[in-house]
Amino acid sequence: MSAPPPPMSLLAELTHRCPLQCPYCSNPLQLEPRPQELDTEDWKRVLSEAAEMGVLQVHFSGGEPMARPDLPELVAHAAKAGLYSNLITSGMLLNAKNLQELADAGLDHIQLSFQDAEAESADHIAHMTGAHAKKLEAAQLIKTEGLPLTLNFVIHRQNCERVPAMLALAEQLGARRVEIAHTQYYGWGLLNRNALLPSRAQVEETEKVVAEARVRLSGRMSIDFVTPDYYADRPKPCMGGWGQRFLNVSPAGKVLPCHAAESIPGVQMPSVAEESLANIWENAPLFRLFRGTDWMPEPCQSCAFKEDDWGGCRCQALALAGDATATDPVCHRAPGHDLITQAITERPETPPPFHYRRYGNAKV
Amino acid sequence: MISENSILRFARGTRLQHDRVRDVWFIQAPERAFHADPIAVEVLQLIDGTRNVGGILDLLCQKFAAPRDIIAQDVLTLLRDLATKQVLQAI
Repeated sequence: MSAPPPPMSLLAELTHRCPLQCPYCSNPLQLEPRPQELDTEDWKRVLSEAAEMGVLQVHFSGGEPMARPDLPELVAHAAKAGLYSNLITSGMLLNAKNLQELADAGLDHIQLSFQDAEAESADHIAHMTGAHAKKLEAAQLIKTEGLPLTLNFVIHRQNCERVPAMLALAEQLGARRVEIAHTQYYGWGLLNRNALLPSRAQVEETEKVVAEARVRLSGRMSIDFVTPDYYADRPKPCMGGWGQRFLNVSPAGKVLPCHAAESIPGVQMPSVAEESLANIWENAPLFRLFRGTDWMPEPCQSCAFKEDDWGGCRCQALALAGDATATDPVCHRAPGHDLITQAITERPETPPPFHYRRYGNAKV
Repeated sequence: MISENSILRFARGTRLQHDRVRDVWFIQAPERAFHADPIAVEVLQLIDGTRNVGGILDLLCQKFAAPRDIIAQDVLTLLRDLATKQVLQAI
């Protein structure tokens, strides 16, 4: 296999610690504890290496990345290396002083998460009283400071009827972009699937509302809409293809092709503690495992869309079909597609209680 | 609507950036990077928050010895598209 193109973006998961407990969190079930976290100098080296490889944008994420006191120092380092920096935050720890420090360090953009458009439901989903009010304050501070703001809403059966109110809130808070993202069902999301998975009618309503709003808001606010692949006929091109565009570094320094890749069995997780980022990108068995199309089974191998969706999501194939090399069950041609139809059919009328995301809460 | 009298600047959080590794130019913007073709790069390098679009057209006409009306149409289309994408804003 020839050398892969350089990665476009780096997701730097600085910590898994977070004040919130959202039941669809994209972090793995086994959260990495604080003592395992990389130190400031390690992260600076990772950022420098990423820029040298051709990464254009770094997304500082978590957990809650603002739980790391060295965040402004890391942002400054990224800016010096020529990286575009994005902060993905819950806003819970944001205040006028640390916002100014981040802006002065050269931060380019902030993505602020909301759990709903109304406080009571939002606080229930995040499992923290007062969280929504705190986020509204954070948005105001960001707006006043002038940094470009994206609002992120993860949607599911318990909040998706309020997509119009979410869009109105984003407009009111002066967001330049808004993400309306249907929950993806891995890790915590899969654990909470019955509490989160919407009905087909709910999904179609969200699509309609977003399509109308895109026309109305054109040029003022752009809307990124993430569709729920359970109701699609064909899989999504997960991460733009395994090991083709995207690098994820975990709090402890594991280097992954996506946030959920640690679930893949039988292959060593490469680490920045042992190897350079470039060497991992090009040569690590984990990155080569599903890169390109050679690994694909039938019906993928002879499918006309194999270089459109790159075989969909490997972690989903593993989580649902029990085999990371299987055809993504979302595909209507997959042998395991009835796992999806079954999940939809067996969805309980009343959502069960959330199984909240926190340390030590992974077991059902 | 952007016209020859408009004065443009890059919105905060967007910028034109040369990518040394790929030897191409990108417009860096919130959570996306748009590839900028060589013509767009020529235009965007003249956006400084002072010069108006007409002034940019004059410079491009000189540099490329091309008819102004043809350049004007292409450049305005490009600039309006980038304004819709919230990359550029009128001052």
